[in-house]
Amino acid sequence: MTTLDTTEASGMIMNKTAEEAGALAKAVSTAKAGHETKIAASKVSVFYGDKQALFDVSIDIPARQVMAFIGPSGCGKSTFLRCINRMNDTIDNCSVKGTIEIDGANIYDPKIDPVLLRARVGMVFQKPNPFPKSIYDNIAYGPRIHGVAKAGSAMDEIVERSLQRAALWNEVKDRLDQPGTGLSGGQQQRLCIARAIAVNPDIILMDEPCSALDPIATAKVEELIDELRAQYTIVIVTHSMQQAARVSQKAAFFHLGNLIEVDETDKMFTNPSDQRTQDYITGRFG
Amino acid sequence: MSDTATQGTGRRAWYEPDAKLKRRHAADRRLRAYGIAAIVFALAMLATLVVTIAITAAPAVTQTMVTLEVEVPEGAVNPSDPRGGSYQKILNESVARIFPEVDTPRELRELRQLFSNGGQYALRDKVVADPSLIGRTFEVVFPLSDIGDQLHKGVIDRDLPRDQRRVSDEQVGWYDRLVEQGRISAPLNWGLIFNADSRFPELAGLWGALVGSFYALLICFLVSFPVGIAAAVYLEEFAPKNRFTDLIEVNINNLAAVPSIVFGLLGLAVFLNFFGMPRSAPIVGGLVLSLMTLPTIIIATRAALKAVPPSIREAAIGVGASRMQTVGHHVLPLAMPGILTGTIIGLAQALGETAPLLLIGMNAFITAAPDSMFNPSTALPTQIYIWADSPERGFTSRTSAAIIVLLGFLVCMNAIAIYMRKRFERRWS
Repeated sequence: MTTLDTTEASGMIMNKTAEEAGALAKAVSTAKAGHETKIAASKVSVFYGDKQALFDVSIDIPARQVMAFIGPSGCGKSTFLRCINRMNDTIDNCSVKGTIEIDGANIYDPKIDPVLLRARVGMVFQKPNPFPKSIYDNIAYGPRIHGVAKAGSAMDEIVERSLQRAALWNEVKDRLDQPGTGLSGGQQQRLCIARAIAVNPDIILMDEPCSALDPIATAKVEELIDELRAQYTIVIVTHSMQQAARVSQKAAFFHLGNLIEVDETDKMFTNPSDQRTQDYITGRFG
Repeated sequence: MSDTATQGTGRRAWYEPDAKLKRRHAADRRLRAYGIAAIVFALAMLATLVVTIAITAAPAVTQTMVTLEVEVPEGAVNPSDPRGGSYQKILNESVARIFPEVDTPRELRELRQLFSNGGQYALRDKVVADPSLIGRTFEVVFPLSDIGDQLHKGVIDRDLPRDQRRVSDEQVGWYDRLVEQGRISAPLNWGLIFNADSRFPELAGLWGALVGSFYALLICFLVSFPVGIAAAVYLEEFAPKNRFTDLIEVNINNLAAVPSIVFGLLGLAVFLNFFGMPRSAPIVGGLVLSLMTLPTIIIATRAALKAVPPSIREAAIGVGASRMQTVGHHVLPLAMPGILTGTIIGLAQALGETAPLLLIGMNAFITAAPDSMFNPSTALPTQIYIWADSPERGFTSRTSAAIIVLLGFLVCMNAIAIYMRKRFERRWS
């Protein structure tokens, strides 16, 4: 019953204009003090065919903070990230067990439409992947298909606001009609972030967003992530320990498909409670 | 280790090649020579083909015409119904004025053999277009018959003894007199393109075949393009990967290799006999050709869809596009150049396909271009087949000319395909 209510409530928020929804989300967030749990995963296991990639992962991700997933390659951190917006649904032989609740609603409930879920949970990928369309259309595509705004001034406003939030507006405002693929790598990645923001999500998932960028572009994206956490819950997968330390407030360490440790980032990097975390952070493996 | 290395090279300096290395290089050179030889051979064959066809076709570039003064007497044609006049008689009279000495029936028949049967129609069309010509004398230009044409072009050698050539001495003499009087001209042979087929080579043209091929290709495109894309999109983007879809994939690939005559038999059995569709009609030809083109388009479309990077699909799904939106808004538009290239190549194949059209009767002798895709018609390749089978000398060069027209269309279509591939390829990277 509770699940149903929450779904409907979120649906209502979706139907209102982006501005109202944003204001509402803000009001709700300011009403509740502290960092309440946004995403609650319990006993999540993921299978690719017969092979189990993730073992009973349970984790609470707080709202309006940056949570970093760290761990060696193949440890399942990206797999888990892609469970949060059901991106794994697109992989044929992939099956997910357990529950992931966003604001109390289980996203693997059959009543949940993944299309609506992905509007609330935006995603930024490892390699910048703007559509081979104009910068404007890259941003406008999401709002258009979700019916948030029709073409015209309302859409122009969304495009401008999204680009401003992604700290890209000043660089591209004079060439919105040029292809997004013509931007530099860092600009492309910020364009992808703007594209994710444009549909007004609560949560932004980032899968190694800086691994294809140079250090200057990386710095800009990290700066942006830091600004965005005032409004969005951000989950970031990263290979770089320094990056995790710089941008995240909480960190989760994955190893061989298991979640080993979740803690405040500061604490984990100075005084980890598990030996494996200690070994990974100090560079003994990974 | 270093000891054995120095021993191995012996007294030779390190840069001097040994026999084994020389053999390796020789093998390299041989391989390259074989490759060049193969290409030269292929090019020589192609050049031979093209040059042979061009030389054979050359006489068909022009058509020998004769100019006659014709008097249409007042009473001979009814001005209110100019179509009904006896124009052959009027024409015969003006020929007789040039050759008054010809009077025996045998000679008269031979004389008329020199002029095309189409002369009366040229005259009729002129009078129908302008009835005020009745009662006046005016000039009519119309083709010489095949033997006159061949005589003019030197294909019939007048120096051969009479029993070895197809024209009599009298006919040669009459022809020479026409030349002396400046009545013979040889303009460009537009009739080859704009006339429909005819029993007489000097009147036969490709228009009916061109229209028939156009209709057939149009049907083929309208059927195979949407069906092919729908099938490929489903198989590539939506279908689960299991044994059943594997089976379908294998069968589609096999279908592309099925001999075309088998599709013709299928069309004969299904479209003509079962559905009772009109025989020889471009619509049936188009449907049969679309059966053949479908596998090509499906395979090309799947390849084009596969070439679209998965990151684009992820991006669209990531902002909440449904699968259909992902395909419709992003993947398909990006794959379109590849799809169109494959489609054009498939259509070019279909344009040149003969066997299935023979089976559904598109090799009929039809002297008018089809009004619609339901009328009997020929197609370019079947027209070539018909002409190649005809005994008149004039058809030899016209067959080659028709082959050149067909090749021209094929080259154009393939050029468009290559241009599109170059122009649009990998724009997203």
